[in-house]
Formats: sequence, structure tokens, C-alpha cells
Amino acid sequence: MPILFRKSRRDFLKVSTAAGGGLALQFMIPARAIAAGAVAKGPELTAWLVVNPDNSVVIRVARSEMGQGSSTGLAMLVAEELECDWTKVRTEFVSTAEHVRRNRVWGSMATGGSRSIRDSQEYLRQAGAAAREMLVAAAAQRWKVPASECDAENGVITHTLSLRKLRFGQVALAASKLEPPKDVKLKDPKAWNLIGKPARRLDIPDKVRGKPLFGIDVQQPGMAYAAIAQCPVFRGKLATVAGERIKGMRGLIKVVQLEDAVAVVADNWWRADRMLKLLPIEWDVGPNGGASTESIREFVRFGLEDSSVPVARDDGNVEAAFAQAAKLIESEYYAPFLNHAPLEPMNCTALVKGDRVEVWAPTQNAEATHAAAAATAGVPLENVEVHLTHLGGGFGRRGFQDYTRQAVSIAKAVEGRPVKLLWSREEDMQHDYYRPMTLMRFKAALDSSGKLTAWRVRDASHSIMAGVRPQEIKEGIDRHALGGIVDMPYEVPNLRIEFAMRNSHVPVGFMRTVFHSQNPFMRECFVDEMASAAGKDPYEFRRALLQGRPKDLGVLDAAARVSGWGSPLPAGVHRGIAVQDSHGSYAGAVFEVSVSAAGELDIRRVVVAVDPGYVVNPDSAEAQVQSCVAYGLTSVLWGEITLREGRVEQSNFHDYRLMRIAEMPKRIEAVLVPSGGFWGGMGETPLAPLAPALANAIFAATGKRIRSLPLKNQGLRLA
Amino acid sequence: MIELTVNGRKHSVDVEPEMPLLWVLRDVLDVKGPKFGCGIAQCGACTVHLNGEPVRSCSVPVSAAANQKVLTIEGLAQRGQLHPVQKAWIDHEVPQCGYCQSGQIMAAVALLAKNRDPSDKDIDAAMTNICRCGTYARIRTAIHAAAKTLKSTKA
Ligand code: FES
Ligand code: FES
Repeated sequence: MPILFRKSRRDFLKVSTAAGGGLALQFMIPARAIAAGAVAKGPELTAWLVVNPDNSVVIRVARSEMGQGSSTGLAMLVAEELECDWTKVRTEFVSTAEHVRRNRVWGSMATGGSRSIRDSQEYLRQAGAAAREMLVAAAAQRWKVPASECDAENGVITHTLSLRKLRFGQVALAASKLEPPKDVKLKDPKAWNLIGKPARRLDIPDKVRGKPLFGIDVQQPGMAYAAIAQCPVFRGKLATVAGERIKGMRGLIKVVQLEDAVAVVADNWWRADRMLKLLPIEWDVGPNGGASTESIREFVRFGLEDSSVPVARDDGNVEAAFAQAAKLIESEYYAPFLNHAPLEPMNCTALVKGDRVEVWAPTQNAEATHAAAAATAGVPLENVEVHLTHLGGGFGRRGFQDYTRQAVSIAKAVEGRPVKLLWSREEDMQHDYYRPMTLMRFKAALDSSGKLTAWRVRDASHSIMAGVRPQEIKEGIDRHALGGIVDMPYEVPNLRIEFAMRNSHVPVGFMRTVFHSQNPFMRECFVDEMASAAGKDPYEFRRALLQGRPKDLGVLDAAARVSGWGSPLPAGVHRGIAVQDSHGSYAGAVFEVSVSAAGELDIRRVVVAVDPGYVVNPDSAEAQVQSCVAYGLTSVLWGEITLREGRVEQSNFHDYRLMRIAEMPKRIEAVLVPSGGFWGGMGETPLAPLAPALANAIFAATGKRIRSLPLKNQGLRLA
Repeated sequence: MIELTVNGRKHSVDVEPEMPLLWVLRDVLDVKGPKFGCGIAQCGACTVHLNGEPVRSCSVPVSAAANQKVLTIEGLAQRGQLHPVQKAWIDHEVPQCGYCQSGQIMAAVALLAKNRDPSDKDIDAAMTNICRCGTYARIRTAIHAAAKTLKSTKA
């Protein structure tokens, strides 16, 4: 399972230890978490929550809110055990400066890999339970009765014998002086009141009022604005910039040269951006100025031909099984680079003053941002504060700290003045950490009864780990890149998986569902090819291979059942199916489509069944399924980043098309089948089976196999 | 000096006439509701009303708004009462990250001002704003719901 951004966290820890424990330092601005409307005035009961005298509760959120609704879900986990009045709960993001001062009391702040809920659910519920016990103990002390005679419900403590009552707010101060209990008992899932029931998201009212919640909205006194141009060829450098061209122009504050970029600082962003465009800049593009999509694809594709590549898994003997096969099938699949395209472009506001740094950032990992800011400014961690803002989408892009480092470098050049760096959409499009280009070749053997006997996979791909955590790559094998392949759920007696790492000069990164956004496409389409060759129904063919995997089988069955798999459809309408587990959860999907002779694709129905173990907020879970459908289909239909002369060709939404409302399938059914007993992710898993289920439906409708994405290059467009 | 009225308040700004309305709102007047997504009239995150018409403020020079009325999401609530579209957005839990939503709401308000009972096709044609989080199904439901409220309050 991928653990995102650990490298940065390790860096954080390293610096953190080096800096020692003497943390009694003055901060430029008092440590304070930004939270819309949250007022943590009252006493703290554990690091996770504050109970105000008016009985309202502020729950601290250490993970980023980028639309997935986890800030509400995390608060629900605490509130479930706290037994407070849910209508009086607010949240605030924790302060990274406090986090450093208090020895990482809030644990990981990383938000990626659908880990917010599943990694923190236990300590959050424990914090809620501990705070409840402290409140109850304080009330019992006041009444001079044993705590065991008291109950807490909906923010009120009752002495069950005398029916005396105290509100949480009345005893919070006394409770905060008690020792938190060492051991707490968590509720049985059957007793949950909040978890598993639809709850209103706490961030929505501010969002419909247009409140300035996002990084791009940060406003500080005397703030300057920066626009940036980065070397268009990755790994190139800045050669020269003729700054005199814009000298004396209105609003100019400074031209800042970075190693591989130029920034113009001005008194508003539009002026900064306009002057930047007037600047004559020479780049030293380095050795990659001739690279194109074709040359990179050839380079990656060589990994399919290479005779000596490492083997990640070798069960049985595939070659022997191939020799005895009744039928052999062979296919090659391709997935292109993709851009994350969150709607809010990269931005970061920074203030450097002497040896102190303050940063406001929409980041998926405030701790890593903190460490990056400290390292860039060359100051100890204790001198930095990062204010976490809401994120206008993240999808994995905002786990990288490139824009933070730039903002701090620019702020250093205009020391004493806050500066907001904002990328244009063009910079965002052309300077991403892209979803890796991947190719795969499969060979499979069927026996005379149509049973799968052997499967060989050759995966040729860019590796994200090579750039992020190279120590994870063992003997040339990046198991993270082989997600969904090396750990496939199917039982295959002879299975060989070979991996060729092929890294071009294009930076790659985690994009929603990561390798599970392309690997299951390839695997599940090929399973369909096997089923056809075996003359079997694709659903039944999968069922037979999944007998040892009840959870995968469960979502496959649920998707099939709800979609009415096997039942008659109107003329011209066809179904496709796929299944995939990822990020701790399981998902199965069925598409119903029709395709005209002219290649017009009509997506008539999408059914996605998901088993995340426990569902915290079903309403948010349904929203994540819809979100995955929009995000996943955008990639499948149109998504493609291409290169020419070493640089990305796409520049904005006119040539990197994103789905609009008219193109969204009208019938999407989210089928939640939580089987309990585990905590899985919800923001990414539903995306994994979409591309193959759609491609398999297209095959059913047209007889044409889709082995390369996007569909626009396969003569298909939306009806 | 260019004069313009934003959410009922008169402002005069000393900026280049070609400066886009979006950046005058955001960086000069500190009105942060309209968002920047693309700068080329593609995404609609910057949607505001100019004399009641929805426009993509990243692509409208401020000179075009001189002596005109601009309405942004901040000016939508009347006497502390949210607009029925905003209420429908809350009832149906539309926003995810929320970044596109001021633009979506302004586009929906403009649609309903012209068309009291939009069909799905009308919604498809009028709502061309991008939501990268894919809140489209709920946007559609919320527009139909707001249309109902508007009809019952105005009838
Ligand atoms: S920012 Fe104006 S349409 Fe995208
Ligand atoms: S809610 Fe995130 S872009 Fe629309």
C-alpha cells in the first residue's frame, strides 16, 4: 500500500530531532490555527478538542480538506465517543508550529492515499472517549458521587440516581485539569449514533457564501504578488533574463531569479503576470530539449522488449503452462501521462522576516510544507509556522512542495514583506508531477475447458518511488508501480510478473488512485479478453477466479446484482464489468453503453459498488463515488499530456479537456456495501474499476478492444 | 479612475482599463468570492453578474464594467437571508472542495432569473462551468430544487 509523502515526513523528523527540545521560542504571530468560524476559547481536553463554556466543541483536524469531506468525517469520529451535541461542533486546522512545539502531538498531517480516516480513526475515537471520561469525572467530583453513576449524552452529563444534570461547558475547565485516562473502552460499532449515518458537512455553509477559505484567498497587510515562469523543459535551468525590459513599469517590485524559474513580484497578480510575459528569458534546456511523446513512449516501450528485467513474482512455471495451453492470448496496453488539474492553481503565500518564516498554503501535507519552508529559508523548524488553508482540489498534486519552496525563496528576496505566489493555469498544466506513462504486455494460457492456467505480465513504467522514496525500490522492482498487478486478487496457478522501470525526464507523481488508475484498466480489460477467448461470461469468469477473495467477490456480486447483470437490455445497449481493490477498500463497477456506427458513445448507466469496511458519512461516500466517476471518465475520454521538444504541449482547459455537466452520465448508482471489521479509503477506490468496466462495455457493444487511452484517440466521442 | 458598483457599493479604482474585472475584484477590492481557474473564459470559476448577466470576469476588462453594476457571491444574500440557490446548495450538500462553487452558484442564479423552470437540457446548455470534483449530479438536483422554491415564493 502506498504511503504518500513519507520522505518529506522523515525529513521533518530528522530536522526536528536535530533541533532538539528547547522549544520555548517567541513566534512572530501567536500560534493560531485558521478555521472558518471556529473559536477555540475554552479549555483543551486532549490535544484534539476544546469545549467552550457555551457547550460548543471545537475539534482539531490535522489532515487537509480538499473536498473529500474528511474534516467532517474526522470530527464525527471524535464526537461519536465524546457524546457531545453534534450541532455545536466546529473544526479548526491544527497549527504546525504547535505541532513542532508539542512534539508531533497530532501525528501525521499527510493527506494522501485515502488515509485520513483509516489511519487516524483509532486515536481520534480514543481522544473523544478520553475527553468524555474526563468530563464525566469532573461532574462526578462536583456531585461527590462515583463516576460510574454518571452518563454523558448529547453534551449533558446526568447523575443517573438523582437525575442532576451538568452541561459539558460547565465542567470543561475542571475536566481539563484532570489526567487523561490511560485506557479507554471504545463503543461497539452497533452502538454508534453518528458514524454510518448521513451527516451534514461542516464546511459547506462557508463554501456557498464564497468565504475566503482557500490558499489563493490569503490576504496579508502589505502583501505583494508573484507570477512565475519555469523552465519549459523539465530539468532545464534559467540562463539569462533581461530584467531591464520591464524596469519602471507600473507596480513592479522585483524580478527574482531562481535556478530554474523567473518570478516577477508586483503590487497585484495581473501586473506581475503581464510583466512576466514581457520579459525576455533564455533557458538552458539541457539534454532533453528533443524529447517527444513518441520518443518517450519508445523509451518506455523498450522495457517490454528488454530480455533482462527483474521478476517481482514467479508462481509455478508459466513457460511450462504456456507449452501445454489449449489457447494463448497476448495483448499490449498503454496509458498516457495525465495532469491532476485541481481547479485552484498552485499557490503559496510566504513571509520571511529575519530568521522567521510564516507560510499560508493549500497543501496535502502541512508538516512537509513546514519542513520545506524551514529548509528553503535555512532556519530551524521552531522558527516556522504553516497555516493550512482549504484546498481547491488536491488529487495528489499538493503533496509536492515545489511551489512552497518557490514562495519562500521569493519571499526571501523581498524580506519583510508577505508575498503570494500564484501559478497561471499554463504553468500548472506544464509543471505537474504527472500520472506516469505505463505500458504492459500480457500473455495468458487457457486449458481446453477455458480455465486460466498461466499469466505473464511485463510492466514497463515510470516509477514514482524513484523520485520520492528510492529506498523502496528493491533490486529494480517498484512494487508500488505494480499495484493491482503484483497483488492481484485472482488465483492463478502459474503467474509471472516482470517489471521494467523506465524513467524519462518527465516528473511523475501520485494522482488520485495512483497506479490503480491505469493498472486495473489494463488487467481487467485483459481478463475480459480471456473470458471471450474462453467463451465465458466475463462476470462468471471473474467469479471463478475470486473464490478465495470474499471481499472482492462481494463488490463484484453487488455491482452485478444492482445492475441486473445478465438481464435483457434494450437493443444496442451493452454491459461491461470490472473489479479492483485499492487503498484498503473494494470496488466493482458495471457500465451500460451504446455506441453508434459513427463512434458516438452513450453512457447510459454506471453502477459502482464499494466496500470500505465502515462508512463514516454515507453522504460524503456517495459524493466520492460521483466525484470518481467525473474524474475517472475525464481521464478515460480525453486525458492525455503530450510532449514536443521536451515540453508539455497542453496549456489550459481548451486543450486539456475536463468534464462538464452536460457530459456527466445522468444515471450513477453508488452502492455502499460496508461489510465491517476494517477501515478502508473512500476517495480513490471507486475510480479503479471504472476505465476497464467502460472499455469492456464498449467491446461488448462494438467488438473492438480498447487497449490504449484516451478514447478520443480510438475514434470514440460522447454522443 | 474607473467607477464601478460592486454588491451595491460604489468604488473608484485607479487601474489600467484593460485589467480584467476578476483581478480588480480580488486584488484591488479584496472581493475573493470569484475565483481564478484558467484566465481564458473556459472554467467559469470567476463568474459574476454584470448588470444581471453572468460573465467570466477573468476575460472582461474592468473598463467594460465602468459605471455598471457588478454582483458577486458575497452580494447574493439579502438582509442576511441566503439566496434560494445557496439554500438549495446547502440542502443538497453540493460542494466538495468548493473552489468552483461561487461561479456555479452565480451561473445557476442567472439561469433561474431567466428560466423559472429549467429542464435538464436547459441546465446542460447554461451551466458550462467546470467542477473538477464532479459535483454535477448534485448541482442539477439543487437547481431543480431551487426552481421549485422560487416558484412557490413568487407565485
Ligand atoms: S478563470 Fe475565468 S473562466 Fe476560468
Ligand atoms: S467543488 Fe471542487 S471544483 Fe467544484
